[in-house]
Amino acid sequence: MQIEKAILATITTNKQKVTAGASIFICETSEEMEKVAANLEAILDGISHALSDELYIIVKH
Amino acid sequence: MNEYTYPILFGVIIGTIARMIMLKTDYRQYPTYLHGKIIHLALGFIAAGLGAVAVPAIMEKEFTAITFLTIAASQFREVRNMERNTLSELDGYELVPRGKTYIEGIAVAFESRNYLVIFTSLVTTLSFLVWNVYVAIIVTIICYIIIRKIMSGSTLGDIVDIEPSNVTFDGAGLYVDNIYIMNIGLPERQKEILEYGMGFVLIPKTFDVRSTIANLGQRQAILHDVSVSLGVFRDSGTPALVPLIKRDLDDGRIGVFILPQDKDVEKAIKVISSVPVLENAIRMPSESKANQKE
Repeated sequence: MQIEKAILATITTNKQKVTAGASIFICETSEEMEKVAANLEAILDGISHALSDELYIIVKH
Repeated sequence: MNEYTYPILFGVIIGTIARMIMLKTDYRQYPTYLHGKIIHLALGFIAAGLGAVAVPAIMEKEFTAITFLTIAASQFREVRNMERNTLSELDGYELVPRGKTYIEGIAVAFESRNYLVIFTSLVTTLSFLVWNVYVAIIVTIICYIIIRKIMSGSTLGDIVDIEPSNVTFDGAGLYVDNIYIMNIGLPERQKEILEYGMGFVLIPKTFDVRSTIANLGQRQAILHDVSVSLGVFRDSGTPALVPLIKRDLDDGRIGVFILPQDKDVEKAIKVISSVPVLENAIRMPSESKANQKE
């Protein structure tokens, strides 16, 4: 089986919401989170998806 | 020079001209200018030669000569493979790919057009030999009409109603009308999408059309054609800016989300309505026995 989609990174302001898995980036503020997500999106060639206000994931499609 | 020279010459010329007429380079820019065209004109010339020579061969009772038509068939199947391979290779470098269904449709068209050329030169040579040059010219005109008819398939405008629609965000979810397209997380991207994005809803005119426009290849073809004609606001490394089409499961409508460089609603509707309906996407549920009993 070939996995087509993968979570490349997780960006959050709330440490409680995430555990291991993809690389986790913990940010202080939501502005910082957006900035990190925008950078990671460009670097990883994935799309930033918002799961909630405090949790973003970068997914490779 | 013998009695077959002029008929064969006539058939070959008419066949080659027929291929030229069918080789119209339009907005798709395929085959590409000059070199790509020469390949197909050369193949069209060969096809015309084969078609034209077949009739005198039969008249001379050289029946075995007909077998070379089978060689022609395998030769032109090779044309289809060639087109498919080339286009598939190139598709990876398109900002908005054509998709496999579209490519297959183009490849099939190239193969079948060579057969049309064989057919044209065969019947024109035949009518020249049996009657005279004037009848052959009339037959040529009839062939031309048939070719034009076969060449032009239906377009999307014939089978769906196209309505412009708003692009909106509900939280991170991007919607065209009430059809969910995708999740866009970054506010920055959302702003770009609201600024550059355009939405259209295609409403199927009949039940059969629902399955046709649901076909993923057909949807990709719409996106590709729109992006070619109106430009696309995207680059490599911006996967979030991707034109997409999603389907409303309730009633089979599809929501088209595009990012054109030229934000002209009228033009976009015109482009969408002239997207070809891909042969391989057409489905006819109404022809099924189960549906006819009702």
